[in-house]
Amino acid sequence: MRTGNLSLNIALTHLTGRLKPTITATLGVALGVAFYIAMTAMMEGFQGYFIQKIIDVSPHIEMKDEYRARPVQPLDHLYNRAEGAISLSSIKPKEEIRGIKNADRIVRTTSRMPGLKTAPTLEGQVVFRYGLKDLAATLVGIDPEREKQVTKLARDMVKGTLDDLQAYSGSVILGSELADELNADLGDRVTAISVSGTVKVLKVVGIFHTGIVDLDKTVSYALLKDAQILQNRPNVINAIRFSLDIPDNAVEIARQLENRFGYKTVSWQEANEGIISVFIVQDIVRYATSSAILLVACFGIFNIISTLINEKVRDIAILKSMGFTPADIQRVFLIQGMIIGLVGMILGWGLGYAMSRGLGAIRIDMEAIIATQYLFIVYDPIHYLTGGAACLLAAAFAAWMPARRAAALKPVDIIRGGAG
Amino acid sequence: MTASRPPLIETREVTRILPLEVPVTLVKDISLTVQAGEFVSVTGPSGSGKSSLLYLLGLLDRPTKGEVLVNGQPTGPLSDVALCDLRLRKLGFVFQFHFLLAEFTVRENVMVPMHKLGVLSLRQRTERAESLLGSIGLADHLDKYPSQLSGGQRQRVAVARALANEPEVILADEPTGNLDTKNSEVVQDILRSLVDAGNTSVIMVTHDPALAAHADRNIHLVDGRIVPTP
Repeated sequence: MRTGNLSLNIALTHLTGRLKPTITATLGVALGVAFYIAMTAMMEGFQGYFIQKIIDVSPHIEMKDEYRARPVQPLDHLYNRAEGAISLSSIKPKEEIRGIKNADRIVRTTSRMPGLKTAPTLEGQVVFRYGLKDLAATLVGIDPEREKQVTKLARDMVKGTLDDLQAYSGSVILGSELADELNADLGDRVTAISVSGTVKVLKVVGIFHTGIVDLDKTVSYALLKDAQILQNRPNVINAIRFSLDIPDNAVEIARQLENRFGYKTVSWQEANEGIISVFIVQDIVRYATSSAILLVACFGIFNIISTLINEKVRDIAILKSMGFTPADIQRVFLIQGMIIGLVGMILGWGLGYAMSRGLGAIRIDMEAIIATQYLFIVYDPIHYLTGGAACLLAAAFAAWMPARRAAALKPVDIIRGGAG
Repeated sequence: MTASRPPLIETREVTRILPLEVPVTLVKDISLTVQAGEFVSVTGPSGSGKSSLLYLLGLLDRPTKGEVLVNGQPTGPLSDVALCDLRLRKLGFVFQFHFLLAEFTVRENVMVPMHKLGVLSLRQRTERAESLLGSIGLADHLDKYPSQLSGGQRQRVAVARALANEPEVILADEPTGNLDTKNSEVVQDILRSLVDAGNTSVIMVTHDPALAAHADRNIHLVDGRIVPTP
C-alpha cells in the first residue's frame, strides 16, 4: 500500500497480478479507439474534401427554366384533385420558348439581395469535333466577370485565364479530361455542333481542372453571347447561378427563390443528394465497425473483471466483513475497468494517429469520382474526444456489470464455504 | 460490570431460517448477552449453528426473527451500510481460513482496516501495524507476503488485522481449526491475553472442548438451540 488510496491500490494489484489478460483487454480497447479515429479521419477527410469541392466548383444554388409540378389544368379547378376520381393523361405541354422569362429582372433583383451573388448562364448540349473525335459535352455560356464571383472556375484554370474568353470572340474553355480526350490544347480550333444544328468553330483559350472527374470530362465554357448564337437562342438565359456567403444556407434560400420566382431552384445539397446519402451510409458503416470493435473490447474487460472477481471472492468476503461497503467493493472493480479503458484510450489515440498518418501516406492515384493522389485525412481533436468518451463509457459499463455482482456478494456465503 | 451499562452484544429470541425450498433453521430462539471484557466460547457438534450464530452476532447476517443489539442499540433498523460501519469500528473477525490478501505484505494486510477507517495518519497506521505484529511475535516478517508464512503465522496476522481498529469484540470462528496443537495454543494464548489486558472481548466458536475451557463462559448449541454445557 504505497499510497493511501486503498480501492485504487487493490484494483492495481489485481490487474498487475493478471498482466496478460489485462494487456489483451487494453489492446482491444486501444484498437477500437484507433480504428474509430483512423476511419473517421479518412472518411471525414474524403467527405469534407468532396463537399468543399462541390461548394467551390459548382454554384451553391442554380435556378433552371423548369417547374417542379406540371401546370394546373382547368379540370383540376373544377374537380378538386385531392378528392375527385379524375385522372388526366396525355397532357400536351405548351410549346413555350424555353428559358427563364424576365431573367434580367431576376438577375437584377437577386443581385441586390445581401449575401447572394448572381450569374446568368445558358447551358446546352454540344458535340465537340476535333480530328477524329466526336465528344458530347455541356457548353455553359457565361459572363466571365459574374462567373468569377459565383464559382471558383477562375482558380481552377490550369491553362489560360477566364478573361481570355472576353479577349477572343468565338473562344471556349474546356475541362482537362475533355481536352485530353479531344487531344486539343490551347490555340487549337475545335468545332462545336449544337442540338439546333448550328456549327461554330471555337478557339480553345483555356483549360480547367476541378478534380471532380465528371466536371472535367463533360463541361466547357464560352461567352454567353457565343453560346446563345450556337444554340440559336438569342437573349435566352436558361439557368441562373447563385453563390452564397454562407453555403450551408443554400437549402433555405433556394426554397425562398423558388417560391418567389416559380422556377425550379436547386441547392447544392439537393443536387448532390445521391452522394450525400452515400456519406450517411458511410458514416453508419464507420460507427458500426468501431462499435463492433469496441464491443469486442468490452467483452474483454467484462471477462477479465469477472475472472478477477471469481478469483478474489475470498478477498471480497473478508473486506466486506471488515466493514467495506458494497459501494467500496464495486469501486475497486469499476476502477479496474476505468484503468483499462483509460490506458486503452491513450494507446488508441497514439495508434489512431499513427494509422491516420499511415493512411495519409498511401499513394492511390484515384481518378474515379474525384481525382486525387492521396487519401484525405483530417486531424480533428473532436474525433479523439468522441472516441475516448465512447471508450470510457463502454469500459465503465463492461466493468459495472460484474462489479455489481461483486458488490452484492454475501460474505457469509463465502466464509462458510471457504472455511471448510 | 456496572448495571447501568448495556451489554456489549445482546440477542433477543433470534431465529435464522435459510429460505431454501425446504427452509433450514440455522438457529432458533437464541437469547444471550455478552458483556464487555468477557471471553465467551460457543461449542456444539457440527451443524449445530455455532458459526451461524457468530455471523449474526457479528452483523454479517440478519436474523429472520428477533433482534441483535450492540451496546444496547437495536441493529435491525440499521441499513447495510450502517452495519458495515459498525463492523469497521467495533468488531474484528478471525476465521478458520486466514483470508489475508495475497498481493499485500503482512504489514499492509494489517493496515487495510485502518485505511478504510481513515482516522490515523499513514505514519500512525504503519506504527500501529508494526507494534501489533511485534506483540504477537511477527516483527521479523513485516515485509513478507502471506504465502511466505506458516499456517500459524498467517493466523496470527489475521488476529493482528482483526485488532487493527481496536475493536470492542473479536469474533473468532474456529480460529485454530487449521492449526497444529502448538500453534493453536499460541493463538489461544493471544486471544486470552487480549481479554486479560482488558482491551477487548472475545467470542470464539470451537468444536474443541479443551480450547473452550480457556473461556470465561461457554455457550453450548445443539440443533440451533442453547442447551446446558455437558
